[in-house]
Amino acid sequence: MPIDKQMILDYVIREYLEEDDDTEITYNTELISGGIVDSFSMVSLKRFLEKKYNIQIPDADATPEAFDTVNSIAALVERFVKA
Amino acid sequence: MHPTPTYDERRRNFDWSLAEQELGYAPGAKINIGWYCSDRICQLGHAAKPALIWEDNTGRSRTYNFDDLRVRSDAFAAFLLDQGLQPGERICLFMDRLPELYIGFLGVLKMGGIVQPLFSAFGEDSLWTRLDNAGTAAVVTQMKHVRKVRRIRDRLPSLRKIVVVDAEDAALKELETPLALDSLPPPANFQVFPSTAETPSVLHYTSGTTGQPKGAQHVHYSLVSQYLTAKWVLDLRPDDIYWCNADPGWVTGTSYGIIGPWSNGVTQVVLDAGFNAENWYAFMAKRKVTVWYSAPTAIRLLMREGDELVRRFDLSNLRHLCSVGEPLNAEAVIWSEKVFGKPFHDTFWQTETGCIVITNFPGMKVKPGSMGRPFPGITAAVVDPKSGEPRNAAGQVGVIALKPGWPSQIRGYWNNPQGYAAKFAGGWYLCGDRASIDPDGYFWFVGRDDDVINTGGHLVGPFEIESALLEHPAVAESAAVATPDKVNMEVVKAFVALKPGYEPNDDLELEIMNFIRKKLSPLAMPQVIAFVDSLPKTRSGKIIRRILRAQEFGEPVGDLSTLMND
Repeated sequence: MPIDKQMILDYVIREYLEEDDDTEITYNTELISGGIVDSFSMVSLKRFLEKKYNIQIPDADATPEAFDTVNSIAALVERFVKA
Repeated sequence: MHPTPTYDERRRNFDWSLAEQELGYAPGAKINIGWYCSDRICQLGHAAKPALIWEDNTGRSRTYNFDDLRVRSDAFAAFLLDQGLQPGERICLFMDRLPELYIGFLGVLKMGGIVQPLFSAFGEDSLWTRLDNAGTAAVVTQMKHVRKVRRIRDRLPSLRKIVVVDAEDAALKELETPLALDSLPPPANFQVFPSTAETPSVLHYTSGTTGQPKGAQHVHYSLVSQYLTAKWVLDLRPDDIYWCNADPGWVTGTSYGIIGPWSNGVTQVVLDAGFNAENWYAFMAKRKVTVWYSAPTAIRLLMREGDELVRRFDLSNLRHLCSVGEPLNAEAVIWSEKVFGKPFHDTFWQTETGCIVITNFPGMKVKPGSMGRPFPGITAAVVDPKSGEPRNAAGQVGVIALKPGWPSQIRGYWNNPQGYAAKFAGGWYLCGDRASIDPDGYFWFVGRDDDVINTGGHLVGPFEIESALLEHPAVAESAAVATPDKVNMEVVKAFVALKPGYEPNDDLELEIMNFIRKKLSPLAMPQVIAFVDSLPKTRSGKIIRRILRAQEFGEPVGDLSTLMND
């Protein structure tokens, strides 16, 4: 299954930004380092990805670094989709 | 040069007046934390010394020396007074870690206000609960968070002013006023509010087992113990570069992220960015950090990133490491000795104590996994929580208790004298944590004595979560308890019984998680949800969280006969 980066990006914007927040977010925007998604909220993002792609991401792989951009998230998800 | 006195030497004949003398404070005189953290340091000849070196994740940085602190905090205070705000009113700071937060903290105190810092990740329900309870008159915030304030302001009759620190050309709404800190004109002949020892200073909200969060009321005299503990426990010295990871929305971020270092005239650095191990090490190397006050959750996250990453950075300036928020596990202490060449020193205290009360003192033998020994001037014991009777035998478990009377002990909970009275037994203040004491006098953490959840060093109250869960259309009843977590020590687990017509599934689980995250905060979001048919209850219908919590930790449930009849 191809990883739909736009779908992940849309989810982040919808769930983690205020409704009328016009902050521009790209595939390379730092989500964790940039304070858009904190390490606690990362758990709900991980759950979303697991549900969407029917995968299990081990806690050891769900690091702040791996969740820092849409690009790095997509790379992480791809590993487990392939596996 | 005299060697640093040992713990036993410090303890011998200790008296808090020692700190008063060092601060030049005489009992009965005026004492204003804002003045002590800025004007006094300038008077001591350090006006040009850097006080705050701030940067964010994009590399932007701002530096303020102690004279800047003095002038900018005066200007901030004068601005608030010009807005019609009065001494004694609660003024909330609801911001990320911007310089305006740190300097505004001093500004509110200098105009005589009660500063109410709130964690900027709070959702609108958590924010409303705390602003409504405090009768807050003004909120100082930033564009990123002002929307949350806008959504609740109509339900806050006391709120008269919303100050936005980064509005620039943005369109503001009713009650809102822009403030550009660095452009404020220095006020002529500003007079710092003449507060005295018992004048209220800071109002921090903290969670308990029952009811909504309580406002812990501090006074200006707290400075005496915050100054001395920062000097002795964090071992702050004039040439140090100090980094405290804590957000000033919580008590560590004010007692030791503002008051402690600045009353000692120490330079502190702030990184306004989320967690990233590489960025943290790079920041410490670049800023040549010497003293680092962190938290077990952060340390465990760093451990997970491995030893190799640490070695890529020059952290040779690090001289002293401390930790706070939750018990520091022995593995983390041993790891820090391996990679930094020095151990993290665990410190124990809480919002209500205002300062470190049990600690691994510099120079004292660190027993990995222990909380350390009481700070000089603090009388601590473990006691029976009902009678307050000390449990003196070595290894016997009781609730950590302190003899009242240290300078930064809170003076009560805001509008809640009964809640505060319930924190005492047999003349002791009860901390709510269970521990034992070994033959050398070291305290060893065992667990909480109540249902409060300590997640990543932050206390979260189950009642607040359960109340919010009930607002979800699918939830019939719920119980929020702690469940063990490798990184955060504990995280929130919610047991949820659904209303007829709703079926448990992954979509609903995620929806409920996000519902709580947005209403309350990411900390309060259940990281695990268990859908159940019913919850264990007393005969009168009260949910018994203790059974669920015990199951999570694999502990015996104990005698439930009295609970069942509750």
